[in-house]
Amino acid sequence: MPLTDYEIVVGLEVHAELSTRTKMFCSCPNRFGAEPNTQVCPVCLGLPGALPVLNREAVVRAARAGLALHCPIAAFNKFDRKQYFYPDLDKAYQISQFDLPVCGKGHLEADVETSTGTVRRRFGITRIHMEEDAGKLLHSGAAQIGGSESSLVDYNRAGVPLIEIVSEPDLRGPEDAEAYLAALKEILRYLGVSDCNMEEGSLRCDANISVHRPGTPFGTRVEVKNMNSFKNVGKAIVSEAQRQVALIESGGVVTMETRAWDAERSETRAMRGKEEAHDYRYFPEPDLVPLELDEAWVEGVRRGLPELPEAKRRRLEAEHGLPAYDAQVLTESAELADYFEAVVRAGAQPKAASNWIMGELLAALKRLGLGVAEAPVAPGALAAMLKLLDSGVISGKIAKTVFEEMVSGGGDPAAIVERMGLTQVTDSGAIDGFARAAMEAHPAVVAEYRGGKTAGLGFLVGQVMKLSKGKANPALVNEALKRLL
Amino acid sequence: MEPHELTLTQASGMLASREASSVELTRAALGRVEAADPRVRAFVTVDAEGALAAAKDADARRGRGEAGPLLGVPVAIKDNLSTRGLRTTCSSRMLEPYVPPFDATAVARLKAAGAVVLGKTNLDEFAFGSSTENSAFGPTHNPWDLARVPGGSSGGSAAAVAAGFGFGALGSDTGGSIRQPAALCGVVGLKPTYGRVSRYGLVAFASSLDQVGPFGRTVADAAALSQAIDGHDPLDSTSAPRAVPDYAAALPRGVKGLKVGLPREYFVSGIAPEVAAAVRTAVESLAAMGAEVREVGLPHTEHCLSVYYLLATAEASSNLARFDGVRYGFRAPASGVVAQAMRTRAEGFGPEVKRRIMLGTYALSSGYYDAYYRRAQQVRTLIARDFEAAFREVDVVATPTSPTTAFRLGEKADDPLTMYLSDIFTISANLAGLPALSLPCGFDAAGLPIGLQLIGRAFEEPTLFAAGHAYESAHGWKDRRPAL
Repeated sequence: MPLTDYEIVVGLEVHAELSTRTKMFCSCPNRFGAEPNTQVCPVCLGLPGALPVLNREAVVRAARAGLALHCPIAAFNKFDRKQYFYPDLDKAYQISQFDLPVCGKGHLEADVETSTGTVRRRFGITRIHMEEDAGKLLHSGAAQIGGSESSLVDYNRAGVPLIEIVSEPDLRGPEDAEAYLAALKEILRYLGVSDCNMEEGSLRCDANISVHRPGTPFGTRVEVKNMNSFKNVGKAIVSEAQRQVALIESGGVVTMETRAWDAERSETRAMRGKEEAHDYRYFPEPDLVPLELDEAWVEGVRRGLPELPEAKRRRLEAEHGLPAYDAQVLTESAELADYFEAVVRAGAQPKAASNWIMGELLAALKRLGLGVAEAPVAPGALAAMLKLLDSGVISGKIAKTVFEEMVSGGGDPAAIVERMGLTQVTDSGAIDGFARAAMEAHPAVVAEYRGGKTAGLGFLVGQVMKLSKGKANPALVNEALKRLL
Repeated sequence: MEPHELTLTQASGMLASREASSVELTRAALGRVEAADPRVRAFVTVDAEGALAAAKDADARRGRGEAGPLLGVPVAIKDNLSTRGLRTTCSSRMLEPYVPPFDATAVARLKAAGAVVLGKTNLDEFAFGSSTENSAFGPTHNPWDLARVPGGSSGGSAAAVAAGFGFGALGSDTGGSIRQPAALCGVVGLKPTYGRVSRYGLVAFASSLDQVGPFGRTVADAAALSQAIDGHDPLDSTSAPRAVPDYAAALPRGVKGLKVGLPREYFVSGIAPEVAAAVRTAVESLAAMGAEVREVGLPHTEHCLSVYYLLATAEASSNLARFDGVRYGFRAPASGVVAQAMRTRAEGFGPEVKRRIMLGTYALSSGYYDAYYRRAQQVRTLIARDFEAAFREVDVVATPTSPTTAFRLGEKADDPLTMYLSDIFTISANLAGLPALSLPCGFDAAGLPIGLQLIGRAFEEPTLFAAGHAYESAHGWKDRRPAL
């Protein structure tokens, strides 16, 4: 199938749940994973007479996302009712923004992995609007409501604030889509706008996909829903493009429709056609007043923006002389980068700090299933340990022991060294003693060395370290053995 | 004087002077309901037990030294205002079993002021109507003539106050639903400025037009209720964050120098001659007390009715979409969730509700929005501008409240368009968001009350109370009681 004769054109619609403390229009907690229908009130249950009141924090977060994506923030915006019937939609309308969204056109840059290497590309953002989430249906007896024996509704998610970020049809394939989503996720997490957890549904993505021969107008687009990971977005794009190309090649015509991605079968299947498309009957939400965001307010949000990952990477490389790889790893989350900088501020060498964070710290966190914020070793403590290592009080090997002790709650590194008697032995008399003992125990190795086979030195150093329980300074041991041999 | 003949102000005075306890007044009111409501049918639900408990509590509060004009005063609540633990039906089969877990803000404020809730009053289903005939639980009868309608949609509240079932009531007004029944039942009713009273807990009909307001036997009674319920509510984004003036202090201000406008567009054909004459006489009486009367123009008046029926039905179609049988209220079981929703709505809603949902859904449909909804919003702005212009010349606009006095039950029931015309004079105040007061200004030859409507500038309720109080103090209309 000549997919290569065609160009794939993709636009993405990303829904991100905002990580506010409370819901969009009421004071219920915005919390994932609670017992069903415990985070609800008359407002988010849509009880008769209950009214929405806009969450200020949600607007701040939406504006943050907009500013980070280079979008203008609308001075005047309003909310509209998007009307459709579904049991998880308590009011039978979703409060959304139709024609006057909070953010206008912007763009996002991302590093795309291509066959010829990494390319930095810019993708247009069409708009960002605010809306509320719906509840969640739990079916028994079938995967969807049709055919289920019974379906339960959990309204904990009803009214959770969302932003929908709509891209221009600027993406040209699965690589672009995955890079776009990764860059977007990183920015939203850095901004504290959203957790972007696809498994928990706090990030969701729909794709508008079409194909055309380069130089001809864009083809008819098909909306594909229901992808639950970045990888699946990429797979769905390829699969849907192949379906469209096959259709065109066999003389068929692509029709505008909505399809669902079936991850198990790795294919898209028809959901509803154009003629079944909803008429959402949008109209201005009369229960909310229009929202005016003046320049001073927008500037306040702009001033509160944290440093974004790209800028942070460049700064870490420049300020601390870190290799690009280290800067990339350390900026994977704002917390990790903050941790690194705190360790450096506390007096550690940047590269040593980076090595220990990327190696021992991340390994320990992974093992314990903890986030950086809950790291059992405070940045100051790690810096103190690195200083002990740097000044020769402990060896690199001992440092690992000390670090493990710190991870298991051992406290201050100097105290651990003291308590466990781990101070490096630098006394030449003591080291000479260990060296002599090792030589006496292994006369054959000594004889070989003296006969010219110097490879035995490493073995003897190991023996001395063993005798000293790892505390002897390796450089001094080397020196003593060479002298005595 | 029998307890049920008292005004709220008089009852409040008796409570303050300990001539009567709240329990006594509440028992008397419940007795009056028991005796006369089988004929009037003002109530959907009477909560005798809850009322007596609240009365005891009010007496205890007074015993602890608390005071206040509503402490211990029995009142009635329209059944589209949510009452915690007391079913709120909207006179619809759809909500017949629905018991709200919270009080509407207006109700909560009345309770906090010590008012005793006797029960919930009948209305046109979901407030869609002008006669209280569109109730799933049967019509309410006008206490002045039981063969006639009390007006609507707050007909139950208006009839309750006229019949002496308590000393005041709350209603809601989207296009005249407080003022028109007040006029037809010979009581005082106020549609406050949009944003003056919280809508939280009022089951929405048309959100941009709905306001909660009071019924009283006198202007002072209505003002006392307004004083308790008015003011900003953080739970309603459309409620105004403005201080509430002292209404009692405004009452004796009089009308000297008050500029009263008579809109020439409102005295046209279709208005009953006796109604027009009574309103003109009332305005002459205001002039005799020192007001300056002049004619004003409200040129877009003829479009009010069509604008209203587009906007109100559009919003209603959306507001009533949530009644699907999934979460609360009535459910007609069927196989499949769509079938269940369709059957629930087919069986749960009455014909007028279905008519308005269909009209509103159509007006918002893709391809029709610009021609209907958007255009109606534009004309609504012109109507509001008419009033802005008029209020540069005058302080209040005086009109009849309703073109006729109470009509017979069933007379207009099969003719929705004629029925819609009974709101012709009241709709403009909702479209423009202005306060409007209806008060009795006479009786026709059949002994049926006639209402005078005074429309004021936004948030100038005190001016309306002052003018209304001056007028009613000079006439004896407020002292007449229906023979029941």
